[in-house]
Amino acid sequence: MRVTFKTSYDRDIDLHESWRQRGWIALLLAIMAALPFLVGEYYLAEATNTLIWALAGMGLMVLVGHTGQVSLGHAAFLAIGAYTDAALMNAGVPFLVSFPLAGLAAGLFGALVAIPAVRMSGIYLAIATLALFVIVEELVIILEPVTGGIGGIQAPSIMIFGMEFDRYLALDRFYWLCLAVVALVTWGYANLLRSPTGRSFLAVRDSEISARALGVNVTRTRALAFGLSSGVTGLAGALMGHYIGFFNYELFSIFISINLLLVVTIGGLGFIQGAFFGAILITAVPQIISILRDTGSNWGVDLGTIPGLDTAIFAVILIGFIIYEPAGLYGRWLKIRAWFELFPLARRDMFRRQKTYLKTERMR
Amino acid sequence: MSLLEVEDLAVHFGGVKAVDGVSFSVREGSVFSIIGPNGAGKSTIFNLISRIYRPTRGSIRFDGRDITRLAAHEVARLGIARTFQNIELFDHSTVLDNLLMGRHVHRRSNFIQDIFFTPKVRREEHIHRTRVEEVITFLELEAYRDKMIAGLPYGVRKVVEIGRALALGPRLILLDEPASGLSVEESREVAFWIEDMRRDMGLTVLMVEHDMSLVAQVSDHVLAVAEGRMLAQGSAAGVQADPDVRAAYLGTEAA
Ligand SMILES: Nc1ncnc2c1ncn2[C@@H]1O[C@H](COP(=O)(O)OP(=O)(O)OP(=O)(O)O)[C@@H](O)[C@H]1O
Ligand SMILES: [Mg+2]
Repeated sequence: MRVTFKTSYDRDIDLHESWRQRGWIALLLAIMAALPFLVGEYYLAEATNTLIWALAGMGLMVLVGHTGQVSLGHAAFLAIGAYTDAALMNAGVPFLVSFPLAGLAAGLFGALVAIPAVRMSGIYLAIATLALFVIVEELVIILEPVTGGIGGIQAPSIMIFGMEFDRYLALDRFYWLCLAVVALVTWGYANLLRSPTGRSFLAVRDSEISARALGVNVTRTRALAFGLSSGVTGLAGALMGHYIGFFNYELFSIFISINLLLVVTIGGLGFIQGAFFGAILITAVPQIISILRDTGSNWGVDLGTIPGLDTAIFAVILIGFIIYEPAGLYGRWLKIRAWFELFPLARRDMFRRQKTYLKTERMR
Repeated sequence: MSLLEVEDLAVHFGGVKAVDGVSFSVREGSVFSIIGPNGAGKSTIFNLISRIYRPTRGSIRFDGRDITRLAAHEVARLGIARTFQNIELFDHSTVLDNLLMGRHVHRRSNFIQDIFFTPKVRREEHIHRTRVEEVITFLELEAYRDKMIAGLPYGVRKVVEIGRALALGPRLILLDEPASGLSVEESREVAFWIEDMRRDMGLTVLMVEHDMSLVAQVSDHVLAVAEGRMLAQGSAAGVQADPDVRAAYLGTEAA
């Protein structure tokens, strides 16, 4: 086991405990940045998709994992981000302006709906967020001249300082753009968690009554979390719009919302890393299934005729995690790492007392 | 001079008169204990002071200011901290983070500065950490600093909750049964801490406690309540000897 001797408070305040850890993060970023040179178009497109899902996952994680509120309507914020960005760009606004505005629009809308919604909790809040779909659908139809209505809208090519960042014409640049956004948001998110704002989120999640007694304005804190969450999800929506190219509101269905919830719960509630683990899983499972289908048909077994196979596999994975590993993929990873670090001293029941559920999952 | 003045305080839940016309005043720098049988309304008095419940009648004044209509989160800012009878810690955070959460009323940065972790945020974190370390030293929590609450023994969690209240830097601290469930040695430590809080930190302590030896040891003033009403007030020995108080305790034991 590695023991870090801390010599100043900064060692606790800093994002990384040691230079070693900084080295690992730099290496990971370097590999991610070099990916366009390492893999082909197809896998690069998949990696881009995973990054966008991780971004949206971080958005929802702030809310579900760190503030303990469930939202079934987060696809609505993806939609607001995607539409705002595409509509502004179609009106001639450059991407560097339209993109932050898309996040801001989704964030403000989120904070606005949050003010009445955050007074509810658990299942009531979850149901209230479902209404968001209806609002967004209505908005898209009412604002047909800018949103394209039912017909849909084209997210134009991204140009930054005369350089093309188009998803089809310059996929490697589009990938780097997504990577930069994800890296920045991750950094901001990690900062938030080590500062008073992040602590107030956790306080509201774990004990509302003590949060109040410590002077936390619970309503305002929840609205802030909702706003930040929907803002980041809006940014992901804008990128998703560009990734897809041409879309209408049907893209942002309840299934997307549910997939997002899967990303955060399977990935590991309450960990930034969980959003990434979850995003990898959610984008990889359909790939694995299609590979299985192909090999299956080679062997004369036709898996293609089984309806709802994806959904069934997701359901089994989710139930498995809730029963055996409430801390998600990331929690499991931490345990595997601890096992190796302690080898051969690790004991089977070492983590038994830690199997606790976040209040989010209990649905007060 | 009295720091906290409670007058004719009452709260009714439907037909239950949980607190019914209680008045007392707590002198600055003193230790004031409330005793009474189970269900007497002691915790409810705390919840009224920390504004979790809205009183049906009566008033609460802190440092000369009427706080009866304040929002719950505004009470802490005035310098009132509390613990809960059934420990209400942030279970998925470390001891250190729990104590840091006690510093919330002293935050000077907004969420945007937090996201960018500006130098100001770092400076503030240093100040919070220094204060929290003082609390850790005072309560001898060094060994648990980086441990998750969820895995800690009951006695330690109890102490962490007191620490979180102290980290706020309050003028008045409300302790709801600080010694319940603790071993004899642990209760003795609690008694020392309460005396230190008053003597060295200049705190005013309002405490609910069943352990009469602890109450007798640390209290300047004792109030006995039963079924929401006041029975007797005065010195620990005097209140214990009061026939009404004895009857109330015997009554619940017989029931
Ligand atoms: N929110 C509430 N709704 C209804 N009744 C309540 C509520 N809070 C407290 N009560 C009732 O008020 C009475 C006093 O409860 P309280 O918790 O204040 O007792 P206590 O003196 O702290 O007892 P103990 O020593 O067991 O902690 C009890 O009968 C309780 O059932
Ligand atoms: Mg009580």
